[in-house]
Amino acid sequence: MSTVSEAKNVGRASTAGNKITVRSVLIYAVLILWTLISIFPVYWMLTFSLKTTEEIFGQNVVGLPQHWVWENYTRAMNTGHMEVYFLNSFIVAVITILITLVASAMATYAMTRLVWKGRGAMNKFFMLGLTIPIHAAIVPLYVVLGKTGLLNSHAALIIPYSAFSLAMGILICTGFMGDIPYDLDEAAFLDGCGVWGIFLRVIAPLMVPAISTVGIYTFLQCWNELMFATVFNSKEAFKTLPVGVQGLAGQYSTEWGPIGAALAIATIPTLLVYVFLSKRIQDSFIAGAVKG
Amino acid sequence: MKKTLGYRVNIFLFLLPALFLFVAILIAPIAMSGFYSFHDWNGLKEPVFIGFQNYVELFTSGSINFMRALKNALLLAFFSTFIQLPFALWLALKLAKGIRGERFFLSVFFMPVLISTVVIGQLWLKIYNPDYGVLNVTLRALGLDSWCQIWLGDRKIALGAAFVPVLWQYVGYHMLLMYAGIKSVPPELREAGMLDGCTDGQLNRYIVIPYIKPIMRISVIFAVTGSLKSFDLIYVLTNGGPVHATEVPSTLMINLLFLRNRYGMGSTIAVMLIILCFVFALLINMIFRKEKVV
Repeated sequence: MSTVSEAKNVGRASTAGNKITVRSVLIYAVLILWTLISIFPVYWMLTFSLKTTEEIFGQNVVGLPQHWVWENYTRAMNTGHMEVYFLNSFIVAVITILITLVASAMATYAMTRLVWKGRGAMNKFFMLGLTIPIHAAIVPLYVVLGKTGLLNSHAALIIPYSAFSLAMGILICTGFMGDIPYDLDEAAFLDGCGVWGIFLRVIAPLMVPAISTVGIYTFLQCWNELMFATVFNSKEAFKTLPVGVQGLAGQYSTEWGPIGAALAIATIPTLLVYVFLSKRIQDSFIAGAVKG
Repeated sequence: MKKTLGYRVNIFLFLLPALFLFVAILIAPIAMSGFYSFHDWNGLKEPVFIGFQNYVELFTSGSINFMRALKNALLLAFFSTFIQLPFALWLALKLAKGIRGERFFLSVFFMPVLISTVVIGQLWLKIYNPDYGVLNVTLRALGLDSWCQIWLGDRKIALGAAFVPVLWQYVGYHMLLMYAGIKSVPPELREAGMLDGCTDGQLNRYIVIPYIKPIMRISVIFAVTGSLKSFDLIYVLTNGGPVHATEVPSTLMINLLFLRNRYGMGSTIAVMLIILCFVFALLINMIFRKEKVV
């Protein structure tokens, strides 16, 4: 257990060999430097979102605000339709998560618990979705959505987001469903359950841990997505947060305070959730990549 | 469970929602993009079949200059693979060793991944601002006025300046994957190495890194295909400018589509991107497989 003792040695450097101490100090120096570089943009955003233009543009560029200008936040909310963008992003994310969860859990059930020829091939077919870039769909979707009058609607984003989240959803569900013992299916079958009964009463309740993993992953994908959102929904009433914030920043390019506030409003919910669920969120990113 | 007709119908019903979405939104559009790429089409008139002319124009036209966009994307892939990934690996190795503050560092380094790319882009735009941005303000305060630059406005340095936030944002992502891999190295393997008198460096070199090769393969594939597809940050920071110096295939595609109404040519770029992503993913897989045999 040399790693543990080495970590302790950092604390009581006097007893440790000099070589290890110098190296540990250097390692910590790099880690702390990278911490500052990782945090700085967010720290800067939060501070300048509360500053006056004079402070931002010269008097006090990186320090804490001298006068806390909460007015920036009210201005971002009132003149900037932030609440509309926020609501749109929320609606799109929630419905996308629901569709992705239901569709991928059902498909996974058919491909892992039901026995039929070609289920392996079908799974491989879905896994193609992991490598298909969203660019592949943008022109045809734009044309079809335009023809069906669906441009500038929530559906214009919900449908493609769900489709592009499916492969990851199925991948994660397959991992979780594999952990459920097959005896349960058989017991339920003997009790007179059909395939739907088994799915709804036995499998679905045991898939709760998968819901959070798929949900977190899908949420972050669609909450931050820019390309489809920019192209498909250009009307104010249907803009999501990334598009809305991008538009605001262009419109008020000289007033950094309110823009900072808008950026903060878009970011704080994610950060808050991350503070409380950091392990879960990290795990869902790991589950998505490692099992691939 | 008998394989009756009802059973088969049920299988189909379970697959139906996913299959419908997948075929309608992913598979059919690829075919449609392929179809459009052989046509001259502005989105309004009837598409006119022109064979491979779009592809020829894509690679030869000086006004589209796809090769420059592709070169930029490949350059990003190169930096991503040979600077971002090694640094992420270094961080992961140090953190996974169980140092003090492990969870704190891990969570902080991963945080930028979760923030919307628009927010990150807007913040870096302001960091790079020539008059009031932190970067130039700091340089001036240090008396390094001559180092100040119009970071995103100078054709010679804009590309490098635009790459920095892209590489910065995803260090934490690759670090997290590798960290998870390192944590899953069986303790017996480590102990065996230690009994043989391995130093930390040797443990990493001969036990940990070979063990996490599958994860490194995924990281490399994500880094390279992600660079080929990169859009968000470049779009926010420069939108391909100044004078196309930072153009990547995706920004070129969007501009051709929605500024010049060239749907056929936009589809051609989309098709090229799909092909490039698949080819590079296969290539990387082959490289990693070869290494395993040796």
